[in-house]
Amino acid sequence: MSRKILLENGDISGIDQFDIYRQHGGYQSVEKAIKTMTPLEVVDEVKKSGLRGRGGAGFSTGMKWSFLDRKSDKPRYLVCNADESEPGTFKDRYLMEKIPHRLIEGMIVSSYALGASRAYIYIRGELMWLAKRLENAIGEAKAHGLLGDNILGSDYSLDLVVHPGGGAYICGEESALLESLEGKRGYPRLKPPFPAISGLYGCPTVINNVESIAAVPWIVTHGGEEYSKIGIEKSSGTKLISASGHINRPGVYEIELGLPVEEFIYSDAYCGGIRNGRTLKAVVAGGSSVPILPAELILRTAAGIPRLMTYESLSDGGFQTGTMLGSGGFIVMDDTTCIVRNTWNFARFYHHESCGQCSPCREGTGWMEKVLHRIEHGHGTPKDIDLLVDIAKKIEGKTICALGDAAAWPIASAIRHFRHEFEYHIAHPDKITDPDHVYQPMGTK
Amino acid sequence: MTPQFSSQTLSNIEILKTRYPVEQSKSALLPILHMAQAEFGGYLSRESMDYVASLLNLQPIEVYEVATFYTMFHLKPTGKYVLEVCRTGPCALSGAEHIVDYLKQKLGVDLNQTTPDGLFTIKEVECLASCGSGPVLQVGECYVENLTDQRVDSMLAALKSGELSDNEPTPAHSILFRTCGDKQS
Ligand SMILES: Cc1cc2nc3c(=O)[nH]c(=O)nc-3n(C[C@H](O)[C@H](O)[C@H](O)COP(=O)(O)O)c2cc1C
Ligand code: SF4
Ligand code: FES
Repeated sequence: MSRKILLENGDISGIDQFDIYRQHGGYQSVEKAIKTMTPLEVVDEVKKSGLRGRGGAGFSTGMKWSFLDRKSDKPRYLVCNADESEPGTFKDRYLMEKIPHRLIEGMIVSSYALGASRAYIYIRGELMWLAKRLENAIGEAKAHGLLGDNILGSDYSLDLVVHPGGGAYICGEESALLESLEGKRGYPRLKPPFPAISGLYGCPTVINNVESIAAVPWIVTHGGEEYSKIGIEKSSGTKLISASGHINRPGVYEIELGLPVEEFIYSDAYCGGIRNGRTLKAVVAGGSSVPILPAELILRTAAGIPRLMTYESLSDGGFQTGTMLGSGGFIVMDDTTCIVRNTWNFARFYHHESCGQCSPCREGTGWMEKVLHRIEHGHGTPKDIDLLVDIAKKIEGKTICALGDAAAWPIASAIRHFRHEFEYHIAHPDKITDPDHVYQPMGTK
Repeated sequence: MTPQFSSQTLSNIEILKTRYPVEQSKSALLPILHMAQAEFGGYLSRESMDYVASLLNLQPIEVYEVATFYTMFHLKPTGKYVLEVCRTGPCALSGAEHIVDYLKQKLGVDLNQTTPDGLFTIKEVECLASCGSGPVLQVGECYVENLTDQRVDSMLAALKSGELSDNEPTPAHSILFRTCGDKQS
């Protein structure tokens, strides 16, 4: 089994309560940081750890922290992104539900490092019950002098606030999140300026994913160098993978980065293989926004090398034959899956969630949904496939935020790898009228 | 008639405002809209939104544009229980489409409609961060996961009898409804 950092002691009963969490070493990092380290020394440890943002983009956390404008006389903010709305991703929710204090501990040490005296956890509104549990946990930490004024008798004070969203995928995008936190519609901002210079209320701000922040306590307690030894090279540490779809054991797994994809799918310690004795057809490895790969390309790269669960290995081959680790939303599809139907489903999602600010995204996602709907429902024309590719190209890279790319990639990649299925739908409308139709053009492999 | 928050809610709102810098009380808008929806009949009427605007010294349009942007706010009356079924990819792979059909047939209403007794409204929503335990639906604060026909039946019965309330979180019902992320044996 892989080692546990984020979910360490996660199976101890009552670990969601302060006393039990504290008995098992909880909040050590706060003591260590506040009593023995300067804020910049904490930043240095995070830099040394090689930790990369777990929200999707994989950007170095230490580097992001060092961009924060410390010269400005405005207050500085830390904002935790707990919006978790990327289809296929449910790890932040799992972590907050199991071990809420790990996130709160991470927020305290990280805020200390950044010099923030107020920090926010922006959680999607659907998880209101979880927001309330986090507030309880914050109350417990406060009662024990770990939050509020003069933490552990030092001159450092921190106010930690949980803020619920209202239901909108786009509010996971960091600048839309800030707008939403300011009480507005979640419209992504034009960048630059980046949040590190001008973020929440126009003040210097760091935004990090729940899982990134929850890794910081271990890094501070054990040292960045120890953390960097886990995993493989630039993919250091552990990662939570949300596994869903046609597998025997869906759920959240903490893996050491570098685990072979094949082992993750087939080992009983993880997904436990494909459900009902079926065979693997395709995987979306990093949440709905990353390119889909057929079985042969997710297990091995185009060069025939076994793929590993790392940022580098999953993206080997670029978008032609590779994909991305993304948020770690690992969606598995067996040979009964209709790729066209799944692609239409994702297109509908992005159309529904587009904020509507830029026309390529607002109009393009609508067209893609419409064209895919007609192919899936037996009314496609031979030109439709190239039309989809063309629309996807006209969205990609031409929008204010990355939702446009996220909408284009799943469609472009489904056509790249499963073009024959789209062609079959168009050529044989009579064969796909049953909504449960299964189309496996490669035979019964 | 102008709606009016209870004095308890009004004092909660004062506490809420202290969580944001002075001059930035607009930040409290989303949390207050959640309170308004809960307290004023499960949806946001024009009057409720105008009232919230007056509490925060905002122009009514600033509230309308927010209320209409986010999917959790209902702008029309709904049934007592809104059953919001996730329809997105991973849940669709686990049978969400069938669950929607089953609910429609069982309750005799279409999507976005309310049963004649005023109890249930069915809606489709996008991914609820529960993809490993799909199909899933949300009713109030409660997530009901790993849906099967039988589980839908027992959920509807429990809601009707008051045994299950929609303002209780999922874990309280972990015997009936498994919590996301727990491994299937
Ligand atoms: C459309 C869109 C949705 C996103 N949703 C999320 C999300 O739900 N959670 C998250 O942490 N990051 C999300 N991100 C990434 C954030 O913009 C941001 O990069 C991230 O929160 C930074 O944290 P990290 O560096 O710790 O990963 C999203 C990005 C885009 C473009
Ligand atoms: S790309 Fe789409 S979601 Fe992003 S700002 Fe433009 S319209 Fe909005
Ligand atoms: S796809 Fe249904 S909860 Fe994520």
